[in-house]
Amino acid sequence: MIKNISNLGDSALYCDFGSKVNKEINSKVIQYFKNIKDKKIEGITNITPSYNKLIISFDMRIVNFTNLKEKIENLNLKEFINKKGNVIKIPICCDKDFSLDLKRLEKKLKISGDKILEKFFSRRYYCYMTGFIAGHPFLGDTDEFIRAKRLETPRVKIPKGSVGLTEQFCNIYSFESPGGWNIIGNTPLNIFDKKNEIKPNLINPGDTVIFEQISKEEHKKYND
Amino acid sequence: MTKNNFEVIRPGINTTFQDLGRNSLYHIGIPFSGAMDNRNFILANAIAGNKENTPVIEFAYQGPLLKFKGEKINFNITGNVSFNVIKKDEKIEGNCYENYSLEEGDQLDIISTNKSIYGYLAISGNFEVQFQWGSCSTNTKANVGANDGKKIEKEQVIKVTDTHSHNSKRKLDYINSKIENIRVIKGTNFNYFSEEGKKKFFEKEFTVTKLTDRMGMRLEGPKIENIVDTNIKSEGIIKGVIQVPADGNPIIMLSDHGTIGGYPKIGVVISSDYDKLVQLPPGSKIKFKEINLSDAEILFRLYEMETQNLISKIK
Repeated sequence: MIKNISNLGDSALYCDFGSKVNKEINSKVIQYFKNIKDKKIEGITNITPSYNKLIISFDMRIVNFTNLKEKIENLNLKEFINKKGNVIKIPICCDKDFSLDLKRLEKKLKISGDKILEKFFSRRYYCYMTGFIAGHPFLGDTDEFIRAKRLETPRVKIPKGSVGLTEQFCNIYSFESPGGWNIIGNTPLNIFDKKNEIKPNLINPGDTVIFEQISKEEHKKYND
Repeated sequence: MTKNNFEVIRPGINTTFQDLGRNSLYHIGIPFSGAMDNRNFILANAIAGNKENTPVIEFAYQGPLLKFKGEKINFNITGNVSFNVIKKDEKIEGNCYENYSLEEGDQLDIISTNKSIYGYLAISGNFEVQFQWGSCSTNTKANVGANDGKKIEKEQVIKVTDTHSHNSKRKLDYINSKIENIRVIKGTNFNYFSEEGKKKFFEKEFTVTKLTDRMGMRLEGPKIENIVDTNIKSEGIIKGVIQVPADGNPIIMLSDHGTIGGYPKIGVVISSDYDKLVQLPPGSKIKFKEINLSDAEILFRLYEMETQNLISKIK
């Protein structure tokens, strides 16, 4: 449940679900997100769920912090049918042309590249949130033996489709962007489709992702 | 559909179509976007006699040089901008907040913004633009919005779909005032910073650096020391949020910001000061002043009233 609601500036509510990051707490955040979206409360301009926070932006000409806070505190939460989300398979190629940081991770983690990939592909990942750039999913949790910090100096350009690791999370860069995650592979799939206004994101919060390793030839064929 | 159009002879530095922006998409990673300086956007359309949310052309620093083809059309420019209307046998030096007309073959040369960054060009009518999620606002990072999500380019032809001949002499006497202090509400990670760091933040001067665009404004000044953690678990942000990464230099999130961020938030710029903040060019000195929520709410109501008063003064 929400532990505390404070203000983020003058035009947003900062709903704090605590400091822990896990699926259970994140599911609550997503449940609140869906409920608030469903209620279409007047004046709300954006709702941003993350691991354990929910930010609700509003139009100050229509509502204010105090009134909106009261509405959120008194919300009657309902369950949504598709609570478990969708299961999505994502093909990844980990050829050396795509796994830009695998060598670095071998040294850092002191295990072989093959072992890192084996551990990476052996899990299903939960989507905590999407954002930063359009369509970009934050997934978790990775095996504790393959957890590493961000690059000290982020890359200016990370190629579209790159799959990165940092701490207990992994992500997919939906388009070319700066970033500091450890890149281990690349998917040929388009995970953000701006032409699809109803459902532009392939992966959404609450979904489960299964990564499948493909060869360089298969990666190439995908877009032919 | 009219045959009116503008040929882009010089695109300018960062020229895009903008309107009031798009809502309800932060959760998929798409920011609000929209005109950076909201008041000047609103005034441009009001002087043109357009509906409030009509697409306009936003430019930064150097604006475009456009050649007009078609039947007489009215336009105006808002902000603090130098521009000329070049006719066959004369050159008219333009004033902002005043309607001018363009005829077949005339050129509009938007030379530069003065001591500010953004200016707006509205025509009495509509540009032909694509809308995505109900807004034409161009977000060049995600390639979303009008013009395929790209800046306006050289040799491009901008079509005009319809025009209306409002009283061509409409104008407003208005001068953009300068801002001394940017008022800020304490951020949700305010206590991540040392006592000295917090003091410096509200007492010392910061300089706007060249690393400033529609996504964010990077500042330089006394380093603000973090005593808890230089990262937080990534969470949603909004425009106006001031993050302080490990190097101790504040970054203010602007209209095209990433929707999620992992740096501690020391403060948030209040809504009524946003338009003036975004107009500060690199090299400007700013000071932050702490303010509480209820005062920020009053200031926003005053800001809104002032905008409405300005609209009512257009003659």
